[in-house]
Amino acid sequence: MGAVVKQPTEDQSESRPAPAPKSKRRDARFPLVVLALAVGLLVTLTLAVTIGPVAIAPLTVWQIAVSRLTGLATGEWSAAHENIVWLIRLPRVFLAAIIGAGLAVVGVAMQAAVRNPLADPYILGISSGASLAAVLVILMGVFKFFGIYSLSVAAFLGSVVSFVIVLTLAQNRGTLSPVRLILVGVALSYVLSAATSFVIFRADDAEGIRSVLFWLMGSVAGAKWSYLTLPLIAVAIGTTYLVLQARPLNALVAGEETAISLGVDTNRFRRVLMVVAAMITGVMVALAGAVGFVGLMMPHTVRLFVGSDHRRVLPVSLLAGAIFLVWVDVLARSIVQPEEMPLGVITGFLGGPFFIWLMRHKRDALGGGRS
Amino acid sequence: MTLNVENVTWRVEEQTILRDVAVDVAAGELVGVLGPNGSGKSSLLRCIYRALKPDAGYIALDGDNVWDLDAKDAARRTATVLQETPGEFEFVVWEMVLMGRTPHKSMFDRENAEDYDLVDSALEQVGMLSFADRNFATLSGGEKQRVLIARALAQQARFLILDEPTNHLDVRYQLEILDLVRGLQVTTFTALHDLNLAATYCDRLYIMAEGEIVAAGTPEDVFQPTLLRKVFGVEAEVQVHPRTDKLHIVFLPAHAAVPSVTVPDEAPASAVLVGES
Repeated sequence: MGAVVKQPTEDQSESRPAPAPKSKRRDARFPLVVLALAVGLLVTLTLAVTIGPVAIAPLTVWQIAVSRLTGLATGEWSAAHENIVWLIRLPRVFLAAIIGAGLAVVGVAMQAAVRNPLADPYILGISSGASLAAVLVILMGVFKFFGIYSLSVAAFLGSVVSFVIVLTLAQNRGTLSPVRLILVGVALSYVLSAATSFVIFRADDAEGIRSVLFWLMGSVAGAKWSYLTLPLIAVAIGTTYLVLQARPLNALVAGEETAISLGVDTNRFRRVLMVVAAMITGVMVALAGAVGFVGLMMPHTVRLFVGSDHRRVLPVSLLAGAIFLVWVDVLARSIVQPEEMPLGVITGFLGGPFFIWLMRHKRDALGGGRS
Repeated sequence: MTLNVENVTWRVEEQTILRDVAVDVAAGELVGVLGPNGSGKSSLLRCIYRALKPDAGYIALDGDNVWDLDAKDAARRTATVLQETPGEFEFVVWEMVLMGRTPHKSMFDRENAEDYDLVDSALEQVGMLSFADRNFATLSGGEKQRVLIARALAQQARFLILDEPTNHLDVRYQLEILDLVRGLQVTTFTALHDLNLAATYCDRLYIMAEGEIVAAGTPEDVFQPTLLRKVFGVEAEVQVHPRTDKLHIVFLPAHAAVPSVTVPDEAPASAVLVGES
């Protein structure tokens, strides 16, 4: 690293030349990465709206958005196009972006909180609780009194209940150990999945089963503007909190006792992380079902490029997750038109091979460089 | 920085892991704690850096009970070098060292030039500055240990706890690490495995067995063949090495030990047998 390379010695003389400038550290490049991704997200959002059975020019998308937001008409377009852009595609694209961002960020937080690279946002049984509730709503019509929101409300309640169960059962002598959290979460997920399968198996409503399957694998079809508020707030607040906690997150990943000796109250911190993660995930699952793989894979992909420091991993995951899921949704509605594919099918088919390729390509990463 | 541990007891269910442990470390001292596996060394250290809360007793840094301090304040006083690594999460060396600044920063602080200067000077002090941009996971055991010491230095704590810092290291690095720690002039309390290293580097030693302190004092005080037999279950001869002037413990294999024990007119276990010629 430059001119000041020296032999490792125990010599502690003060007269050494100044060390390499700190600005050379990877931090210097980082704002550019964020800027590039932000631009990428903007382009992604625009292009995603233009794609569909009715092609719409990128400029028109912006003109419609501007006219809707400010009342200024800067071009001409048909009312049909306006409806397609404003009422159908824009909310859908935004919802995909928010869900993708949220899943990636929560995935980062969960992997740090339980210090396990296989953790994902659903590790606390959140998706299986939500799924069971959703299946009960779709196939058996429970929670009818919530009207059109019955599915979302039930799913959210289901995720909260399973989260509380996991958190309670994982407690041991007042502490919350990562291993217990994972094991209890996995065990409860199996129980709830079994119950879900049982309900599906007993149902003879073919259309219902289809929509269940769709929900189980995640979808942002039918998004409305009004759907965006809650997940946007949840993701914004949650991400802000996590970014502010980047240092303790780093310490936690470095080791439980290391974190303690660096002044992190790990027990309390882990509890707060769980609640934050569960809230974000619960809201997202309620609106879009359980989109798999994003929350597991996106944090790893990002770490391959920017390392494990949470001051970089969190913002980059947020943007990369958003971009990724918007394109996944574009594929989901384009591949077998006019049919729609569930998002989970695409994330799995696309993401899995891509991730394996990436891992093998960057051999240094993910344990490859270890002797 | 001084450490006072008084009457510390810690139990897991019915089993008493630490019983009435008392330890004092004076400012500037390098004090070791030794004992067979399971004797409670690590548990004692964990009580001091607050990973375990003792059931009874008192642990004070400079007279302040560590459990009355808030987590960050305690961390600004005590730095640790443990056997933990980030596992699958990969950090660059300078990031690992920068973590040492954690207890000095509030949620809204950003790292400033002073933090990066501290990282660099800590890395320089342990001879690892040229490794600053390397992936921590790719370092050798001795290099990792030095980076962790650099992190403790960046933490600017005046009390250092090390848990078997020479574990799994080649002998050369064992000496290097302990030379480094000795040279830091920071009050240090360390668990050690190797009796000879402890005799060479530590000012004073505590010997633990089954959760209790069974001997304390200078290496010359504590390394008696009878104690080594009782605590560690080995036959050993203790000599002063003519060149280092430090104690040197020679372990006698069972078949060699038997005759020396049975020879009746052998001198009874005395602390110091001067190596002749």
